[in-house]
Amino acid sequence: MHAVTEAAISIGFHGLAFAMVLYLISVGLSVTMGLMGLVNLAHAVFAMLGGYVLTALMNRWGVPYAVSLAGAAAAAALASVPLERLLYRRLYGGEELDQVLLTMGIIFMSVAGVTYVWGPLNQPVYLPHWLDGQIDFGFRHFPTYRSFLILCGAVLVTLLWLALERTRFGAQIRAAVDNLRMAQSIGINTSRLFTLTFALGSGLAGLGGALGADFLPISPSYALSNLVYFIIVVAVGGLGSIRGPFVAALLIGIADTGFKYLLPELGAFFIYALTMALLLWRPHGLFGRA
Amino acid sequence: MTVKDLDRARSDRNGAIEAFARRHRFRPLEAVPWVAALAAAFVFPGYLPLGAQILATILFVMSADLVVGYAGIVTLGHAAFFGTGAYTAGILAAHGWGEPLSGLVAAAAVSALIGFLSGLVILRTTGLALLMQTLVVAAMLLETANKASSITGGDDGLQGVDVWPIFGVFHFDMFGRVAYGYCLGVLLVGWLVTRQIVHSPFGRSLTGMRENVRRMHAIGAPVFRRRLVVYTISAALAGVSGGLIAQTTQFVGLTSLSLERSGNALIMLTIGGVGRLYGAFIGVPLYMIAQDQFAEIEPVYWYFWIGLLMVAVVMFARGGIIGLVERFRR
Repeated sequence: MHAVTEAAISIGFHGLAFAMVLYLISVGLSVTMGLMGLVNLAHAVFAMLGGYVLTALMNRWGVPYAVSLAGAAAAAALASVPLERLLYRRLYGGEELDQVLLTMGIIFMSVAGVTYVWGPLNQPVYLPHWLDGQIDFGFRHFPTYRSFLILCGAVLVTLLWLALERTRFGAQIRAAVDNLRMAQSIGINTSRLFTLTFALGSGLAGLGGALGADFLPISPSYALSNLVYFIIVVAVGGLGSIRGPFVAALLIGIADTGFKYLLPELGAFFIYALTMALLLWRPHGLFGRA
Repeated sequence: MTVKDLDRARSDRNGAIEAFARRHRFRPLEAVPWVAALAAAFVFPGYLPLGAQILATILFVMSADLVVGYAGIVTLGHAAFFGTGAYTAGILAAHGWGEPLSGLVAAAAVSALIGFLSGLVILRTTGLALLMQTLVVAAMLLETANKASSITGGDDGLQGVDVWPIFGVFHFDMFGRVAYGYCLGVLLVGWLVTRQIVHSPFGRSLTGMRENVRRMHAIGAPVFRRRLVVYTISAALAGVSGGLIAQTTQFVGLTSLSLERSGNALIMLTIGGVGRLYGAFIGVPLYMIAQDQFAEIEPVYWYFWIGLLMVAVVMFARGGIIGLVERFRR
């Protein structure tokens, strides 16, 4: 019995850390899909960029970890603005095929781009010493790095939700998601709102990519090989929702960790099966609107 | 309304009737791909293995055109059916049943089954939700093939595919002549089937659902059922294409189920022209010949130019090459 509780705690803990990273990366994707009607397959590119900026800052210039994290988020957010202004904006609410092709094109270019700059190999992540080892919570020891991930995730999620509920900017986003035309008619500058939202989502993805660099390895194929995870979180959570992806990320993160721990020979299969079962039950996701 | 207007209306109407009636007739221009394929075989005998791959890929991309271009079901998981067909034909041939034609039939049947079952789930949604679900289905199959390595060979790919002679007569030769002829023949059949479908009342109703699904519901068309039928047919054709590649290259790898393959199919289709039946015949040879020429130097940078081309096509040349020609002729 003791062993079972141990395993359950361990799965829950690791799953929670994974879920935080999944949520940080996916929430922006959910908002772009719901608010702008755009399937941004290249969203994972911003997470990848965050990871590369983090490793470059730390390994090449010896920048401290915390500063590198902020740098990763800022770089992803900044990089997303010209893309949004020049390319994405023309496809909002347009045909899905065009969106797929454009964002696939961006993925392909990013794969070639990072290979050109950083080479084809995985980027090593050297975590600072204060994240090594275990931390004592009284009743049990937990790995420090993952505890840090959960803490960061919890703080960011709280901040994000407070910002959406309590600030003027958040109210504008909620208004635009609910009824875009009405939001425009009452004078909300939706063009600027879209750019800011897009940059915020991309920045969070960059931060998520940097935070999770230890278990989602930073390599040129990052954007392609991890895309399915982020898409699943959005599909299960429901498009355009802020809370939906959080519940979905918890579900997917913990279930995936559990299945891989208990049945490693089946790999990610279960998580896909679970996703399909959930979508069979609710085709538009847990919190989605038909 | 003057007499002249009436005359014009009448002649317009007759013209429209003429145009609809003409659809089913074969036009001389439609022979061009086949003549070109035969000519290419004699002009470039050294490139027959590549040629066979191009022909099989045309079938795959054409099957994608059926769902994406005609039915308007944007999928990012079409490789699921290609890979299923490839593994079906490959596993049969690796385990002692190398008869090629029945192998293709089996590939079509299994792919159609997967298409039907997944279609039952995913076609209940549309748009972005549907798109994401196609991606998940393909990922699920990829992970299955990856983990069932005792049957599929996993990461190393399926080895030991031994294909018997076609009709017991034509042995697959090392120059790829038989493979080329085989692929050409199967593609011809696949094209005739697809052409028949898109010009049939069923095919017209697919276009109707793409353009205005509400109206199709209103006039009583069984939208879900028809989408499911075309999805299944397209899956079967994609499976045949995968079976062809497995049999002619005698190898099946995990990439046959990958997101890259699904994405590449859409890219090749877009270069040629979506929803025009012949987009695959233009886009696939262009893409694959260019890839063969340029990608060997630096495979990674090939992706950069393809990515850039995609962005350019979406921004400036929607409709692909056929679309550009149509615009020019107007």
